[in-house]
Amino acid sequence: MSTKVSAGMRSDETLTDTPRSYEREPADAHPPLDYPPYRSTALRHPKHPLVHLPHTITEITGPQLFPDRPISDRDTDLTRQHDGEPIGERITVSGRVLDTEGKPLRDTLVEIWQANSAGRYAHRADGWPAPLDPNFSGAGRCTTDDQGRYHFTTIKPGAYPWGNGENVWRPAHIHFSLLGRAFLQRLVTQMYFPGDKLFELDPIVNSVAEPRARERLISRLSIACSAPHWALAYEFDIYLRGPDRTPFEEAH
Amino acid sequence: MSFPTTPSQTVGPFFSIGLAWAGGPLAVAEDMPGALCLKGTVYDGAGAPVTDSLVESWQADPEGRFEDLLGFAGPSKLAGFRGFARCGCEEGDGSFEIRTVKPGRLPGPGGSRQAPHIDVSVFARGLLHRCVTRVYFADEAAANATDPVLASVPLARRETLLAAPIDGGYHFDIHLQGLNETVFFAL
Repeated sequence: MSTKVSAGMRSDETLTDTPRSYEREPADAHPPLDYPPYRSTALRHPKHPLVHLPHTITEITGPQLFPDRPISDRDTDLTRQHDGEPIGERITVSGRVLDTEGKPLRDTLVEIWQANSAGRYAHRADGWPAPLDPNFSGAGRCTTDDQGRYHFTTIKPGAYPWGNGENVWRPAHIHFSLLGRAFLQRLVTQMYFPGDKLFELDPIVNSVAEPRARERLISRLSIACSAPHWALAYEFDIYLRGPDRTPFEEAH
Repeated sequence: MSFPTTPSQTVGPFFSIGLAWAGGPLAVAEDMPGALCLKGTVYDGAGAPVTDSLVESWQADPEGRFEDLLGFAGPSKLAGFRGFARCGCEEGDGSFEIRTVKPGRLPGPGGSRQAPHIDVSVFARGLLHRCVTRVYFADEAAANATDPVLASVPLARRETLLAAPIDGGYHFDIHLQGLNETVFFAL
């Protein structure tokens, strides 16, 4: 096995520090694929049981960051992507990406996208008749630093109605995509805001069975981290699966 | 100290705002001689194309090397090889197409050898968590016959994991549900 230091590794990080096998997550760690209250799952969930996949070299590796897609300051500040400022409540969203042992995951790609402050996505297929904001595209990207930290400036997204029923509204949320450091760590999720009464009514939220697990999707308002006279701060830490410490399953 | 993982949520509609980019479907350099395309369509249980699906792929190069972040099994000697592709344009017909190469064989559990394969994640509105499958190649019968993962799949369903050779590459449809439901894996 080569000990070459690649783009994602530092000289103080050796291959022995990086997992060769990952923990198997409990069955209720993520929502079930079949969840009737969220109607769109009906025709889209597999009905056969999932087949156990051993963690081989394909699963314990993951892509390097995309050289054809360099990240600039504009990617981390969604309020500065156009000539004017977007309408809405300016906020910062930051946090750490960690594994389940609490180890910071550095150099991981964090991608976010969201509706504008009126609850409208800058996507031609979004038919919700709320105004588009010419100064807001709603997408950002960054990579985590040595402490696993990421940081975005954006505006608080609005709630919007959706087609799951007659009078059903999604709580305000920001979509998060985490590449992780291995194929096994890939995660797509959504971040919600504290105190949102729509949260407990939302079938997508409620697809997560455990109340405490649902709460892990809610960001924290941090007055201490807020920028005075500028922006309130929300903090959201994300935990991706960690190494398997049992000796029974060896990755190859 | 152990922390629970953050739960998955659906990628939703409109994900292309944040996740799509022009070079996304390229796992190899765009002008690489001998590159092939892997294309197909994602279908739901009614046989309708899933027009708002996102497909991501991850694989080794033909020598079995990965261009991976952690430096486990690389780097690839193939100029411009990334091994990762993302295709999700939400443009209407549920099809995906990535540009890549056929990966090499890889070590597997217990001293076994894996047949050439590509790991694939499928995300969509209505999928609360990704569905993971593997693309194998129908014209690799000898290697497939001894692959430990294929061997663990019920015989009658193995064919759902085989990409069929077509002009310029391979064809691989993904059926989330229905008579030809694709085999999906628990990680």
